[in-house]
Amino acid sequence: MSDTPRPNKPLVTRLLILVVAMFAFGFALVPLYDVMCKALGINGKTGDQYTQTQQVDDSRQVRVQFLATNNADMTWGFFPKAQELTVHPGAVSEMLFVAQNPTDKPMTAQAIPSISPSTAAVYFHKTECFCFTQQMLQPGERIEMPVRFIVDRDLPKDVKHLTLAYTLFDITARMPPVIRPVAASGG
Amino acid sequence: MSAVIDDHGHEGHAHGPAKGLMRWVLTTNHKDIGTLYLWFSFCMFLLGGSFAMVIRAELFQPGLQIVEPAFFNQMTTMHGLVMVFGAVMPAFVGLANWMIPLMIGAPDMALPRMNNFSFWLLPAAFLLLVSTLFTPGGGPNFGWTFYAPLSTTYAPESVTYFIFAIHLMGISSIMGAINVVATILNLRAPGMTLMKMPLFVWTWLITAFLLIAVMPVLAGCVTMMLMDIHFHTSFFSAAGGGDPVLFQHVFWFFGHPEVYIMILPAFGAVSSIIPAFSRKPLFGYTSMVYATASIAFLSFIVWAHHMFVVGIPLVGELFFMYATMLIAVPTGVKVFNWVSTMWQGELTFETPMLFAVAFVILFTIGGFSGLMLAIAPADFQYQDTYFVVAHFHYVLVPGAIFGIFASAYYWLPKWTGHMYDETLGKLHFWLSFIGMNMAFFPMHFVGLAGMPRRVPDYNLQFADFNMVSSIGAFTFGATQIFFLFIVIKTIRGGPPAPAKPWDGAEGLEWTVPSPAPYHTFVTPPEVK
Repeated sequence: MSDTPRPNKPLVTRLLILVVAMFAFGFALVPLYDVMCKALGINGKTGDQYTQTQQVDDSRQVRVQFLATNNADMTWGFFPKAQELTVHPGAVSEMLFVAQNPTDKPMTAQAIPSISPSTAAVYFHKTECFCFTQQMLQPGERIEMPVRFIVDRDLPKDVKHLTLAYTLFDITARMPPVIRPVAASGG
Repeated sequence: MSAVIDDHGHEGHAHGPAKGLMRWVLTTNHKDIGTLYLWFSFCMFLLGGSFAMVIRAELFQPGLQIVEPAFFNQMTTMHGLVMVFGAVMPAFVGLANWMIPLMIGAPDMALPRMNNFSFWLLPAAFLLLVSTLFTPGGGPNFGWTFYAPLSTTYAPESVTYFIFAIHLMGISSIMGAINVVATILNLRAPGMTLMKMPLFVWTWLITAFLLIAVMPVLAGCVTMMLMDIHFHTSFFSAAGGGDPVLFQHVFWFFGHPEVYIMILPAFGAVSSIIPAFSRKPLFGYTSMVYATASIAFLSFIVWAHHMFVVGIPLVGELFFMYATMLIAVPTGVKVFNWVSTMWQGELTFETPMLFAVAFVILFTIGGFSGLMLAIAPADFQYQDTYFVVAHFHYVLVPGAIFGIFASAYYWLPKWTGHMYDETLGKLHFWLSFIGMNMAFFPMHFVGLAGMPRRVPDYNLQFADFNMVSSIGAFTFGATQIFFLFIVIKTIRGGPPAPAKPWDGAEGLEWTVPSPAPYHTFVTPPEVK
């Protein structure tokens, strides 16, 4: 120590600021992660609604396979009307998914999409999807839900087969469904 | 302090320690707090070790004999948590408290009252953590890495206690780290320039910055879990737009620097011990400092090598693979320097040196299995097998733990004023060495053959190797009770230690008498 010891306060203050900044950085990783996943198309995350159109590439065909899975504890019937489609890049295609609530309570569900191989996720555009909203189904109710999509013309040549997988989550607790009055009281 | 009876005649006012229990509760003395940390860490070492004994007893034979799978999962989780946060980290903080002021010629730590608080948070944190084992539903059972959603959606009720305990440990570590940085940067004796500091001080300075950088991220991570569990957010829940893989990124952003937090101070201690018993100055001091800093920097950009199989793009796998392999370069520099220090030295093999040499050899083995795991395509096969368990136990047991044992034997004469019993110390070393290798070496082979980790039962083909592992683990565990005996024996008596019991040792800590007086360097020493 020299005659006047160096004060601790400025150093400790700076270190505490670093601590707070790193705590905030931990939370900043959340949006950062989403941005990175979307920008790089990693993790199979698909983008938001696509509004452009593309010219159809008739010379090429891509198989798109559909999967529907219930998350743990989800009891709905949930399946695509066909296992797969063969599409031309650039063309708008549609697939219907069926959801049915077999319970005696109204429930809310949210479907989360994922694309495999994950590198192809940025080339898969949804122009309309039931995953953009939540589904509220009354007891026993059954609906058909469309997804319209375009496989991008720039899809890498080595990708000949895509899988669009939906996982259906029960979010009734988080978003209580509106109980609609029974349509015809007489039955 | 005015109540202290001055029974040392007329030495002015002798600020000896207060008497009784309150000395330990209220102490702000760096040596007292160092002692508290070291004893606490040893208690946790025995507790975490007893959990390991349960694991190895269950794995002694295939099939389920002793515990239920649910309890087995709690044992693997608690073993990891207690050893990482309760045994290894506090032991290094204890060594830092004791030795850093003595090594840099400071009268105490820079922030003595905060020092007291950071220690006393730990018993509270671990009481909270261990008490969960007695709650209905049991303690944490999701592995020490507590991956979501296992630790959120599917966690036992006690997970909230676990989260709070992690918060307390984090606050304790952060305060400890701030204290270390402030001490090293502000309280060095005149002439003690940064590049004259012993390497233990250097490695601790870098470790402290790692702690300050990543413990808040861990706190953020468990806070997100807390909010997901209790406040209906969806950080890690895909149903609400979150992502469980995000958990792994946040966790390992903390987790990878954490593994260096657990090894860098051991590097520093060994860098003091090997020159002392080689009677040569450390080879390549400057390169050691830069190598430590490089390892610390690289530790921030390799976290995803813990997640090769979760689905990272090829470019990512390659980046994290090569960045990980790059760490072998500064680590290789260190091993080279230790070996070069010993080269043509006048070596003697007292207990601290035995532990230090075993550290160099066995840590290198652990480093090599780490390189194997760094190869992304190979990792697809190794992941979640006992090969991973073998790897990290080889870097943590003969790495961190042997580094702590080496330090303990090296500085015990300074702490207690007595020489430990050399024969018993050597016996402790050889039993630990044999037990540890018997326990963990066979795990490499069962792992490569496909035995999954964290499962209480296994295929019959792994039976013999697991029995050998268990016998080794029991040997290692029992040997540590023997270490307790050696330390108590040294505290109670033994040949009086001179100020500098090791003729090749260097450093300011050897200029004060043994045992080190309660207050040292009240007037700073002059460093040439």
